[in-house]
Amino acid sequence: MAEDRIIIIGAGPAGIRAAETVVAAGLRPILIDEERRDGGQIYRRQPDCFKRTSQDLYGSEAAKADAMHDCFEGLRSRIDYRPESLAWNISQGQVHVARDGQSQALAYDKLIIATGATDRVIPVKGWHRAGVFSLGGAQIALKSQACAIGARTVFMGTGPLLYLVAAQYAKAGATVTAVLDTSRYGQRLQALPKLLSRPGMLIKGLQLTRDLKRRGVEIHYGVTPLEIAGDDVDGVQSVSVRLETGEERQFDCDAVGLGYHLRPETQLADLARCAFHFDTVSRQWFPEIDAQCRSSVEGVYLAGDGSRTLGADGAEAAGRLAALAALKDMGIIVSEPEMGRLTKILKTMDAFRNGLATAFPWPHAVAANLSDDTIVCRCEAITAGEIRATCGEIGSGGIGADELNRAKAFSRVGMGRCQGRYCGPAASEILAQRLGVPVEQVGRLRGQAPVKPLSIATVGDAP
Amino acid sequence: MTQMSADVIIVGGGFMGSAAAFFLRRRGRSVILVERGLVGQQASGVNFGNVRRQGRFLPQLPLANRSRKIWEKLNYLIGEDVEFLPTGHLRLCYSDEDFAVLERYAAEARHHDLDLELLGKNALRDRFPFVGPEAVAASFSPKDGHANPRLAAPAFARAAGRAGATILENTEITAIEKIGEDFEVTSGNSSVLKAPSVLVTAGAWGGQLSKQFGEEVPLVARGPQMAVTEPVPYALKPVVGVYSKVTEEVVYLRQVERGNIVYGGGTRGPAYPDLRRSYVLPQHSLNQFQQVQRLVPALKGLRTIRTWSGIEGYMPDDIPVMGESAKESGLFYAFGFCGHGFQLGPGVGDVMAELIDRGRTVTPIDPFTIGRFANRDDSDANASSETETRRIA
Repeated sequence: MAEDRIIIIGAGPAGIRAAETVVAAGLRPILIDEERRDGGQIYRRQPDCFKRTSQDLYGSEAAKADAMHDCFEGLRSRIDYRPESLAWNISQGQVHVARDGQSQALAYDKLIIATGATDRVIPVKGWHRAGVFSLGGAQIALKSQACAIGARTVFMGTGPLLYLVAAQYAKAGATVTAVLDTSRYGQRLQALPKLLSRPGMLIKGLQLTRDLKRRGVEIHYGVTPLEIAGDDVDGVQSVSVRLETGEERQFDCDAVGLGYHLRPETQLADLARCAFHFDTVSRQWFPEIDAQCRSSVEGVYLAGDGSRTLGADGAEAAGRLAALAALKDMGIIVSEPEMGRLTKILKTMDAFRNGLATAFPWPHAVAANLSDDTIVCRCEAITAGEIRATCGEIGSGGIGADELNRAKAFSRVGMGRCQGRYCGPAASEILAQRLGVPVEQVGRLRGQAPVKPLSIATVGDAP
Repeated sequence: MTQMSADVIIVGGGFMGSAAAFFLRRRGRSVILVERGLVGQQASGVNFGNVRRQGRFLPQLPLANRSRKIWEKLNYLIGEDVEFLPTGHLRLCYSDEDFAVLERYAAEARHHDLDLELLGKNALRDRFPFVGPEAVAASFSPKDGHANPRLAAPAFARAAGRAGATILENTEITAIEKIGEDFEVTSGNSSVLKAPSVLVTAGAWGGQLSKQFGEEVPLVARGPQMAVTEPVPYALKPVVGVYSKVTEEVVYLRQVERGNIVYGGGTRGPAYPDLRRSYVLPQHSLNQFQQVQRLVPALKGLRTIRTWSGIEGYMPDDIPVMGESAKESGLFYAFGFCGHGFQLGPGVGDVMAELIDRGRTVTPIDPFTIGRFANRDDSDANASSETETRRIA
């Protein structure tokens, strides 16, 4: 009998630890990753000819990054590693993977999806201008290419990444004009009990703010974003916000990094037909998992930020746990105490996640109240007003949208290259407010293959 | 328990039901349209958007012609733009043998008021330089075109609503009974709707309803395999499709003014009407990639950004069920349009409204009677060759 095949998608902390665990059980997993190198986003490797040290690249997380990279190097010969490969569809027990213009169907017995997260964004008037990046994008430019997104950058949004990226820019010598946080300072104190579940992380967070202040970076809390001004030739020229005091301020800059926490990359879980649930803490949809990372679909496991935003340490634990659960379900004897230990770690981290969501809440009203002329969907250039115009029951003289996929059909919001991964969260808030219903009631945009744009020149393998 | 009554209850808010509701209101009939989900959500909303007459079953052309006349004035009629573009429809083939079929079809279509232009290899390239080298000839239908299926059925339903029809979305039907002269339709929220006439326009679910009246039909649900590319400058005007006996070769594409190229075709995918789900199979996407390049090689450089499917009802003879029930007076059907109902939508609505209002229609629809399935031989061995000639690109 052929050996059971385990496929892991994603070579970040969750995927690598899952692979390590599978290898330890004497099996050879397939590890599929979109990137050229392992490490995921957080432990992204720089191009070969770059010579920055781990300390330069990863700061306080350098030891973890080194450990992760070493772990991967040790696994290389014992796994079937497929970099620069896009898992573009999942169907009938097979993952379809495109690489160099070829698509291959890979059958699996167990599938571990560790696809990570991308920025959760709230549009602001003018965010379609050149020079506006997501926080994650700004970080990648720096980490991978040693480039800043601009000479004078404003970082706006909320969440730990806002401070981390700003501090990394400042440390690298870029001019950070201001850090504009939509969360009020008091919300941080409220969240303190939950944040104390990971005191080390809490201290790191506080240090980031202190670093920024020491470097003279202006930080404002409780801001309301108003507009990113600029023109079609030069792109971004300034950011305007209303401060907590009510005063309106304009910050001149040539680039903006924008982000409000992360959102899970769930299209593959969607295509695998996993069930989803609405997370009231973060006001977003996550695929359902049990305490040991099993999805609602037999044989499919979800680990890391793609299923719950716990950060890199949480991803490592979840990757190990998902792999142990998969091995156990295959009838292989695994260490129950280890599974118990990992489950407990994840529980602690989930408490911290709740704390972060309280300290840096998703400012849903900012999204819901966007002016009618603000572009929400950048791929299709759809404004907030156009989304609102789709509402109302046909039977009562309305256009007919009572949920998000319907608004998409009528307005094209979320129909572009990104399939609503960037505009979807804000679009759902806009729609819910206009309909006067809780945001979970408008649903979520369904993921459709291909997960990312796929060249028509792609050739399939022989059936 | 609430009660409502009307002249006609329409069950199923797809394109056919919405258009019928609109045209019944124009004839002064009161209408309640009941839709279990949302209007135009299934086959009506997910199809390719072909407003094509050429290639149709010849006895269906009078209906298609009537529909085409309505398409022409649709914006004016329903007060909304559904992106109808009469850009022409190009149907090409890869063999002389297939071209002979297109030639025969063109000769016969002329008798049904459909003029087609036959283009040999050189004429085809002069006129449409973007077609691939394998195409040997084509048939061009200058007055066919395409429209936006996401918009069409809801636009009709809104127009019907403005004209006074009652539109009930998210309303499941639990029973239809004939009590005396009236039908009583019970819905999930326990309201009772009464009317002397019922029109079943329930698409792939139509067979479940006709069965309740002792008229079982061999309907099979399948999913169209649709996809769209990223946008590029608008240049490809006509709808382009393939005529071939090889199912995998039969793909079709169109460019919308926004710039995206919408394409579909090949083998259909699985559909699950009970779950209201259907899927695009990856192997079908990969086949389409190949066939689309064969059709228009320049598209090789594009990327596909999304695929989708929906639930369509297919009949074994590849033509719909349309007309009055053979068993119950006052009961009418228009469903099972076998993946080619979009062009017919306005015409079907108009014809069914006429039939219900006047008891007859000037447009022949006899071949589509549900009675053709009564006492039929289920082995159905002879149907395939006839079906083949009706297969359309």
